[in-house]
Amino acid sequence: MEHKGKITDLQSHTGVEVMRCYQCGKCTAGCVLATDMNFPPSYVMRLLQTGTKENYIKILGSNSIWLCLNCENCLGRCPMEIDIPKMMDYLRTQAIKENILHPDSKPIISFHRSFLDSIKYTGRLYELGLIAEFKARTFRVTQDLTIAPAMFLKGKLHLLPEKIKDRMTMKRIFAKTIENVKTENK
Amino acid sequence: MKIGFYPGCSLTGSSREYNESVVAIAKVLDIELTEINDWNCCGATAAHSMNEELSMSLPARIMAMAEKQGLTEVVVPCAACYNRLKVTQHDLKDETKRKRVSEILQLPYDGSIEIINVLQMLEKYGAENIKAKVTQPFAHKVACYYGCLLVRPHSILQFDRVEDPQSMDELIKVVGGTTIDWAFKTECCGGGFSVSRTDLVAKLSGNILEDAADRGAEALIVACPMCQSNLDMRRGAINKVIERPSDIPVIYITQAIGLALGIDAEELGLKRHFVTVEL
Repeated sequence: MEHKGKITDLQSHTGVEVMRCYQCGKCTAGCVLATDMNFPPSYVMRLLQTGTKENYIKILGSNSIWLCLNCENCLGRCPMEIDIPKMMDYLRTQAIKENILHPDSKPIISFHRSFLDSIKYTGRLYELGLIAEFKARTFRVTQDLTIAPAMFLKGKLHLLPEKIKDRMTMKRIFAKTIENVKTENK
Repeated sequence: MKIGFYPGCSLTGSSREYNESVVAIAKVLDIELTEINDWNCCGATAAHSMNEELSMSLPARIMAMAEKQGLTEVVVPCAACYNRLKVTQHDLKDETKRKRVSEILQLPYDGSIEIINVLQMLEKYGAENIKAKVTQPFAHKVACYYGCLLVRPHSILQFDRVEDPQSMDELIKVVGGTTIDWAFKTECCGGGFSVSRTDLVAKLSGNILEDAADRGAEALIVACPMCQSNLDMRRGAINKVIERPSDIPVIYITQAIGLALGIDAEELGLKRHFVTVEL
């Protein structure tokens, strides 16, 4: 089934024209996690080029978009300068919006949400709070039990969060962006 | 020389030795650092993975605060923050995006601030000064590891060579060290997956350490808190997956220069690493 509207949306949000990819494979050759992905980056490009709904959904539901580290090696080496990392950011937000999520996305999304929660209230990252919330979200209670105390002994962990003064602006930034249903996942 | 300073969250917590060494060498080199008032987190990978407007608004507030303070140039030692600030500045050249972000922030933002990384600061204000002030040459053979965010995307950052950068290597030579040619200078360490996918970080960081070891590096020199913490704090996980466990220390360029300038190892935060530093 044709699904060109999604490809047009992708282009208008990211500037990526999928048809410009000529499948040289340099992105895949340079991708450090290509072998861990369901589809390596050049394959993701090819699937998008077909313009079918089936393939679009296949991509949203793959682990490729979540394992992408945004290291930008693909973009650095692409002869057509296609911004694959930007496209991956967009596809991740679409996958959340459509609720088509590969199981590999779970710990990664949990980490991002814990991170953002931590800065929303205080303005700065509170690492201990981040670790605690991540454990609560993922039930990985025993993870890093030895690292955290060692970090504390080396003076690398604050017990209490650092708070900025202008927390109103932080609150507004979150309310008008990620918490705003109208613009969410834009 | 006066310059604005954005430490970012890592430098106040898990990477405070980076902050300590930046501050210590700036003092010796007569660079006066003025911290941005009431700065916030840049949003890092989490923000740009989850929401584009959020990912632009957080760095925009930081730069708006710096502008309000009258700063014209800001050094950002954390490679991830440096990248987010530069990319946001680039994205906000688009008028629609700038208008939207101004509406969210309710703060004036004109995007005029020069954002530089720590290597640029040292090249611009310190290179000659450093040479003259070396008291204990850093006579070690090391691997300079740049990672991703200092050099990519080149079209926006316009910093150094994208595949084989040289700026950190040059600074090491200035303080009396030698640098190796190696294959993993700009390969990803696993970045923000440190907590969520430690297994992948162990694999990627393991590859980096193995190549550096094979080529005889005594230490890895970095300029990014995420690279440092993955390669150092995650050494336990890394050593479980690589063939020959590694005890190569991973130190910041500012710590290497600090040692050469005769600054005490403790003041440079060298006692805070997980892998013991004996250089």
